[in-house]
Amino acid sequence: MNLIGELSSLANSLPGAAAQGLIWGIMAIGVYITYRIMDIADLTVDGTLCTGGAICIMWMLSGHSVWMSLFFALLAGMAAGLVTGLLHTFMGIPAILSGILTQLGLYSVNLKIMGKANQAINVDKFDLLISLRYIKNVPFFKNTILLVAVITVVLIVILYWFFGTELGCSLRATGCNGKMARAQGINTDLCRILGLMISNGLVAFSGALLAQYQGFADVNMGRGAIVIGLAAVIIGEAVFGKVFHNFGFRLLGVALGSIIYYLVLQVVIWRKFDTDLLKLLSALVVAIFLAVPAWKSRYALWVSWLKKDFCEYWKTSKVKQGGEG
Amino acid sequence: MLEIKNISKTFNPGTVNEKQALKGLSLRLEDGDFVTVIGGNGAGKSTLLNAIAGVWLVDQGKIIIDGKDVTRLPEYRRARFLGRVFQDPMNGTAATMGIDENLALALRRGHRRTLKQGIAGSERKLYRDLLATLNLGLESRLTSKVGLLSGGQRQAVTLLMATLEKPKLLLLDEHTAALDPKTAAKVLELTQTIVNRDHLTTLMITHNMRDAIQIGNRLIMMNDGKIIYDVSGEEKKRLKVEDLLRKFAEASGEEFANDRMMLAK
Repeated sequence: MNLIGELSSLANSLPGAAAQGLIWGIMAIGVYITYRIMDIADLTVDGTLCTGGAICIMWMLSGHSVWMSLFFALLAGMAAGLVTGLLHTFMGIPAILSGILTQLGLYSVNLKIMGKANQAINVDKFDLLISLRYIKNVPFFKNTILLVAVITVVLIVILYWFFGTELGCSLRATGCNGKMARAQGINTDLCRILGLMISNGLVAFSGALLAQYQGFADVNMGRGAIVIGLAAVIIGEAVFGKVFHNFGFRLLGVALGSIIYYLVLQVVIWRKFDTDLLKLLSALVVAIFLAVPAWKSRYALWVSWLKKDFCEYWKTSKVKQGGEG
Repeated sequence: MLEIKNISKTFNPGTVNEKQALKGLSLRLEDGDFVTVIGGNGAGKSTLLNAIAGVWLVDQGKIIIDGKDVTRLPEYRRARFLGRVFQDPMNGTAATMGIDENLALALRRGHRRTLKQGIAGSERKLYRDLLATLNLGLESRLTSKVGLLSGGQRQAVTLLMATLEKPKLLLLDEHTAALDPKTAAKVLELTQTIVNRDHLTTLMITHNMRDAIQIGNRLIMMNDGKIIYDVSGEEKKRLKVEDLLRKFAEASGEEFANDRMMLAK
């Protein structure tokens, strides 16, 4: 039957969606670090994602190993974070604007890295670490989902360790309460820069994986990345926030949130939803989820008012009834 | 211990909001001095503490702490000399971090922050013992997030943090003003206990004149960016609230009389 055919096509597409979700999950962890830990909405990532992809593809095309290429993508991302950090601290530009400026600048940088708007890499000719061709019918150690999952876990372990160190704690303190951090002798400017560097390094690394996965880097591949990252953070917190309290598990929750996002997206596409509208849909979903904390507090107040009004109404009507009786 | 020479600070210079918050203020604190600071709104009390802490740099003058000229040092580099407690209990601690993590941050004040573990296992016993001295039951909630504590508890923890690494100078900026009277009294008592135990040199702003008289060995009154009254020893002990009020009216009245702009009105 047709339904069975459609269902099996969905089932076929889900592993790919999970792989993409995992790759974007690393990006989302980067967003988590700025947005949640450093309390900075960093828009650099839209540009950094492509920078990572571009550096990785170009480095591989010029004959370097995949690991070297990933490493240089990471470094390039950290450099982008450094620029945003310096714009923000040294030049005193608001964080959100600093990110936008770097992002805009990176568009040109990415074009220059690639030489044109799009650079493809042939999976048959180059020894890619991951690819959408390595989802099915490959030995398990070459399986993209497994590889990215292992990389994600390794990254989470490293981040868990780092944010538990003296330096990592000072980053967290800076994001939580800059005034307190400075009073405790923490160089908050330096911490902000460091946080932005780590975050953007991760995002570029994710971009490098993504470019390999899809077989090309494109100058527009990072457009709206921040929204996807935020969506993953929010979904991860909404679904796993009550279960995961440990910092490491929270990062895992973000990665899982990203997978959920891509699985849901796949279902939406499968339901023949107009794909042109996907970004609008993502923006709407993220906007609503970001509004939830504000709504919650206001809603709580309204509920308490209604309760109070109702109680008073109930009391007075009872008094009236008593008077009549 | 602290030497302030003729410091001035003007905010928003050249605008309608220009405010000369400190006007050539000088102050010298001896080792072990416990100085209470009083004065009206906008007198420059908090500005003085912020100037010492390096929240911003002063326009002129010199600030010397423990023989070291810190006038040009940024806030985070002066922190090694200073313990600070703010008026708002939210300001002194990191809400999303544990009590132990906050104390660990404070223990490393003035030290290089490396890639060593943020809290060494051995520290926890120290923290537990210190928290036990507060009698707030916090010693059993070592890993609780500070955001879950009440204002008084947070202020007590901040006080511990400020004095964990013995500071050359303790700066208290109306640190009990935001607390209810009972909690305020407790935090104030704790302050005195710690200051006496560690012989800390202390500057404490207070809005409570009785506290200002009873606590410490010296009292300064500020008005319009200057110190207008400085009293210590026996003379301070004999002070009454009325004396301070009279002094305050006298001093600020004189200020007004000298101000041609005010007379023109």
